[in-house]
Amino acid sequence: MDYITEFIAMMISASTAILLAALGEIYAERSGVLNLGVEGMMAVGATIAFYATLSTGNIIIGLLSASISGMLLSLIHGFISITIRSNQVISGLALSMMGLGISSLIGRNLIGTPLRNSLGIIEVALLSDIPVIGAFFRQNALTFFSYILTAILWYILFKTKIGIAIRMVGDNPKSADSLGINVYTVRYRCTLLGGALAGLAGAYLSVAYTPTWIEGMTAGQGWIALALTVFSAWNPLYALIGSYLFGGIRILQFRLQPLGLSPPLLSTLPYLFTIISLALLNIEKIRWRIGAPQHLGKPYHREEA
Amino acid sequence: MKVKMIHGLKIERREEPGLPARILLKVLAVILSFLFSAILFAISGIDPWYAYTLIFVRSFTYSGLAEITTKLIPILLCTVGLIVAFKAGIWNIGAEGQLLLGAVGATWIALFVDVYDPLRLPLALLVGMIFGASWALIPIILKVRLNVNEIVSTLMMNYVASGIVDYLVYGPWKGAREWGFPYTDKFPDTVWLPLIPGTRIHWPTLIFGVFSSIMVYMLFSKTVLGFEMKVCGQGRKIADYLGMPYGSRLMIAMVISGGLVGLAGVGEVCGVHRRLRYASSISSGYGYTAIIGAWLSGLNPLGSIPSAFLLAFLLTGRDIIQVSLGLPFATSNIFNGCILLSMLVVEALGRYRVRWGRWTI
Repeated sequence: MDYITEFIAMMISASTAILLAALGEIYAERSGVLNLGVEGMMAVGATIAFYATLSTGNIIIGLLSASISGMLLSLIHGFISITIRSNQVISGLALSMMGLGISSLIGRNLIGTPLRNSLGIIEVALLSDIPVIGAFFRQNALTFFSYILTAILWYILFKTKIGIAIRMVGDNPKSADSLGINVYTVRYRCTLLGGALAGLAGAYLSVAYTPTWIEGMTAGQGWIALALTVFSAWNPLYALIGSYLFGGIRILQFRLQPLGLSPPLLSTLPYLFTIISLALLNIEKIRWRIGAPQHLGKPYHREEA
Repeated sequence: MKVKMIHGLKIERREEPGLPARILLKVLAVILSFLFSAILFAISGIDPWYAYTLIFVRSFTYSGLAEITTKLIPILLCTVGLIVAFKAGIWNIGAEGQLLLGAVGATWIALFVDVYDPLRLPLALLVGMIFGASWALIPIILKVRLNVNEIVSTLMMNYVASGIVDYLVYGPWKGAREWGFPYTDKFPDTVWLPLIPGTRIHWPTLIFGVFSSIMVYMLFSKTVLGFEMKVCGQGRKIADYLGMPYGSRLMIAMVISGGLVGLAGVGEVCGVHRRLRYASSISSGYGYTAIIGAWLSGLNPLGSIPSAFLLAFLLTGRDIIQVSLGLPFATSNIFNGCILLSMLVVEALGRYRVRWGRWTI
């Protein structure tokens, strides 16, 4: 495998987690729910997936339980932001804090335990031998799943009635309501999908990317996924492309280390890149993004709206 | 107005609960979060009763209270700082980074700048505030000019700040006499903040913290600037409509916010550690804790003092159970999350008034 193909393969595998989490958050935000709890849901997902896989020996059970744990946490956020209409920013931050705490509480005995069965690399015959493009076909099952999921979620959001309903609920809940769309149900479903995918993203980190558990292994990737949501203009396809940029920076960080650059400084690269990319998006000349959902972060109440 | 009646108990909607109801609701939120955390502890095999007794018994001793007061100082300064930002509608989640930059500024003056010795401490305090304020200014300029969401940018900058601190203490600023530990050399005693004997309470910073909470209260209740910041916090459209300078008011709010938080960083390095250490040992989440503090005080600067006390008590409790029960450091985040969540739930309850005969709440 040549250097470029190898770099791309690593880049893709480094970006799957933020892609999965961002896809979920795109749906939540499109429906108008801002969930800042991605980091926490990922952390819990990572821990639960590792724990479940370790104790049952079955990766599928591990992945499923991670998704369910993410959904349960997002249900708390949904209840607070949709049903009782409290502050979504604070609720999301609280969820992140709680998730990080829960993951270190559950995971305290898992440190250093190796995982016997993790998701291995699948090489698609013939396709994986093509230079450069082959990198896309030499990945683990969850990364393949992320390609398919991106396409499906893009299709649903822009080409189906369900997608129109979701976007309408996020942009103009009052008219959606008057058309007989249940704003609360749509928002709950999107929030739960966001939770499930954030949990799965965490699971990717602990059972596929690095099959170990260490405290704080999400290391801000949940926050980067949130930035990616904005970066992608709430479009799953752009999120796929964007995630590779962010993944590339992560790999670059490790590739630059042998050059004698300081590891703590290099570790700031993904975060700096996130800030810079969000700023560049808004410079007048290259403004290509569409606006955020009009009612993002605003609770809906029939009596008041 | 909706009214529900059950056995003479009336529940009706209202706009804003009064002060007694608000305080009662906060107390209820704290109790709820104790209960909820207890359940989580119990599930993971830790006796919550034992843990809580341990916290209360050890905290309310002389040394326990001294430790609580020491931790109260940075939390108070950060909380007051965040209240200024939140009131101006800025979601400053970056207190952690601004605190670290304050510590870096103070360290620079303490170890690497040639100044007349009696001026060293005041200069360290000033430069720490400037560093914290500048770090806070970056995301707000990005927000005002380029519409970059400040929640994401302030958060990302926390990671950058901790990278910078780690780079400094592992690299160019690593102490010659520190046996390979990632610390700088000990500060000269000219930049030490005076302590209350027998404790680690750097009282000048504490006094400044209390003073700043009163000043910020005055700023928002008595001055035009404070009023304008609050109005601009409602959004650019409203500010433009009223002819208020949106960008400048937000920047002023963020400079005050970052400056106060930066001062907390100076307090930690000049009062407690007396050297710069790796990032996670300088601030054990004070910046994030302060978000809870600001919310717990209902964005009232005077409420930040009791809120900071409660949070300092909880952090001390965290250290106690971390040592005695061998729990990881981050576990206390569960409690932090619970407190915020139960506050949100309880706030929703506050939208209703409860009457029972003569009693109203």
